[in-house]
Amino acid sequence: MSLDFNDETFRGDFTFKNSAKAIKRFPFPFPEDSYMYSVNMEPHVPGPVGSVFEHMFDVDEHYVSEMRDRAQVLADDPLRCQSLPHMELAGWDLLELIMESKARDYPHWFSLTKDGNQWHWVNRPLQIEQKFTFLDASTLPYGPMEYITRQTQGDFTLQDQRDDDLWIEAGMVTTQADWSLDFDIGMSFKQWHAPVPLAHQMGIFDRALKFLLKLQHGAPVRRFNWTMTVDPLLDTSPENYPKWGPGKTTMTPQTIGHRQHLRVELQTLHRLPRSNAIAFPIRCYLIRFEELVTVPKWARRLHRVVRDIPDELATYKGFLRNKPLMLEYLAPFDDGQPTSPGFAPE
Amino acid sequence: MSVGAPKIPVVVAEVVEVNDLIKRFRFVRRDGGAMPVFSGGAHVVVEMDDHGVRRMNPYSLMSHPADTMGYEISVRRDEAGRGGSLYMHRHVKPGMEMVLSQPVNLFPLDARAKKHLMIAGGIGITPFVAQMAQVEAMGGRFELHYSVRSPVLGAYVEHLKAHYGPRVHVYHDEHGEKIDLQTLLKSQPLGTHIYACGPKGMIAWVHATAKAMGWPDRAVHSEEFLAPPVGQAFEVQLAASGKSITVQPNQSLLEAIEAAGVEAPYLCRGGACGQCETNVLRCDGHIEHNDHWLTDEQKATNTKIMPCVSRFRGTALILDR
Repeated sequence: MSLDFNDETFRGDFTFKNSAKAIKRFPFPFPEDSYMYSVNMEPHVPGPVGSVFEHMFDVDEHYVSEMRDRAQVLADDPLRCQSLPHMELAGWDLLELIMESKARDYPHWFSLTKDGNQWHWVNRPLQIEQKFTFLDASTLPYGPMEYITRQTQGDFTLQDQRDDDLWIEAGMVTTQADWSLDFDIGMSFKQWHAPVPLAHQMGIFDRALKFLLKLQHGAPVRRFNWTMTVDPLLDTSPENYPKWGPGKTTMTPQTIGHRQHLRVELQTLHRLPRSNAIAFPIRCYLIRFEELVTVPKWARRLHRVVRDIPDELATYKGFLRNKPLMLEYLAPFDDGQPTSPGFAPE
Repeated sequence: MSVGAPKIPVVVAEVVEVNDLIKRFRFVRRDGGAMPVFSGGAHVVVEMDDHGVRRMNPYSLMSHPADTMGYEISVRRDEAGRGGSLYMHRHVKPGMEMVLSQPVNLFPLDARAKKHLMIAGGIGITPFVAQMAQVEAMGGRFELHYSVRSPVLGAYVEHLKAHYGPRVHVYHDEHGEKIDLQTLLKSQPLGTHIYACGPKGMIAWVHATAKAMGWPDRAVHSEEFLAPPVGQAFEVQLAASGKSITVQPNQSLLEAIEAAGVEAPYLCRGGACGQCETNVLRCDGHIEHNDHWLTDEQKATNTKIMPCVSRFRGTALILDR
């Protein structure tokens, strides 16, 4: 593997780690010292150089190893990638969006050349070269959505829009925070969000749906979500709960700094041009507590967020059991000093 | 939260007189670049500077959705309208610079349909021209039933017949030809979706006939842009921005808000999409709700207004804008 990419694992011996550079650019999700749901969407426009917002689709040091992990998940359980028949056009839209973005943003790694519908794609980090006919699925080794998302970090779902609702009808989901594409596929917006506590009563989903139905091509938006994960597992799926769930019961004050991770999802939403569907990339970033506390502001703030979060939310996010251990670990890093507003380290 | 996509600076590449009532306009990007691909049924909002009056009218795109070299729209001249179509007909010439919005689709095809049954009246043909091209390219199944006043006013009839053959059925009002909708709907295969675009009465007739024959609402789609109606001038207070404005007889409330320098959201400007929905803080009088968006209950309470098409008569209207 080249110098640009780590050789690491997200299972077994868990050799995943963040470099100093990756810690510095980590998308810390809390702009203030407390957390409550909000729609919190903003335009997905290019951010500062080096940040995870710099490009439409962030490619970082974990890219090659994450794609290797995805291939393993799919080999074990092909149902993690599904696309209902009418969603193939949306898959092509997504493939075009990703290929054009990556070739533009990372020309040293990716290139795309077109002669009409005859396309030539080169992915140097994964050593892939593919000539194919755009909109002709028989010229690719997988369907268009599966083909491109085997080469792109983050989970993806594609939502069809009809009857004033969004319907989750295709997806590649191998790095999820405990939800199942196989269970949700075909559901409407409120159906697949049904398990989320509190937010329905707050009207969050009414507002979010109304907003998304009007999402315009060329004006993507983004938001954060977050949870907690023990050990650097990308695949925390309900299907595999027996494999990873019990890990939550074996953490100790000695191991928490190393094993407990803050899991942040950078979620973006894009209107797709040909299909009028919406693409929803859910990009997962992991950081261990012992990496996170190297940034004093983040350590102070995370302590306050975990301390004050309502139990319903801690339960839904799956860390109520370990909340006391987390607070015990984080408290020494919180000297009571005020924190500056915003996400930045300081 | 903003939904504003960057606007498209264009130059008029071609103006074609299709018949006595309709002109077709082709726009290309000023910088020579590619237009975004779009989906059949999408519209753009065309911005006009009509001698100092800013007009923004939505028009369905009718060029091939995969043609990224330019966009085409057709505009029917409306002598009794507020002036947008007259401006397009009289003043827009090749070489003129204009501005378009990004395409927005409020009339998409249902991708699950086994067959698309399209019913067009007059200028309502335009979204179907793009949709047929897209369905054809994907190998889908469709049928067009197109009602026009006379052979002379049958825009694009020859082109469509030449392209799509027996899938195109044309009916001439002046020859007494009518779409036999009941027979048509009776003979459709399972999984057919119906789409209607044209005059208000025709759309209502399609919905009512399909409903009476047991078609589910979700299999019947329609699009009707409303032109903002003219009316009497009225005063409005904008609470959030602290301004008082007068809406002129031939101006919409939304246009008056924009003219006062207040930013207001919009997409279709035709009472269909819901984007410009605005809270009413006080209403001493009567709101003329002209939109398709608010429910009858919402309209009755006068707590919301769609400023793109609705007007007011009375002594005081205060909006949260």
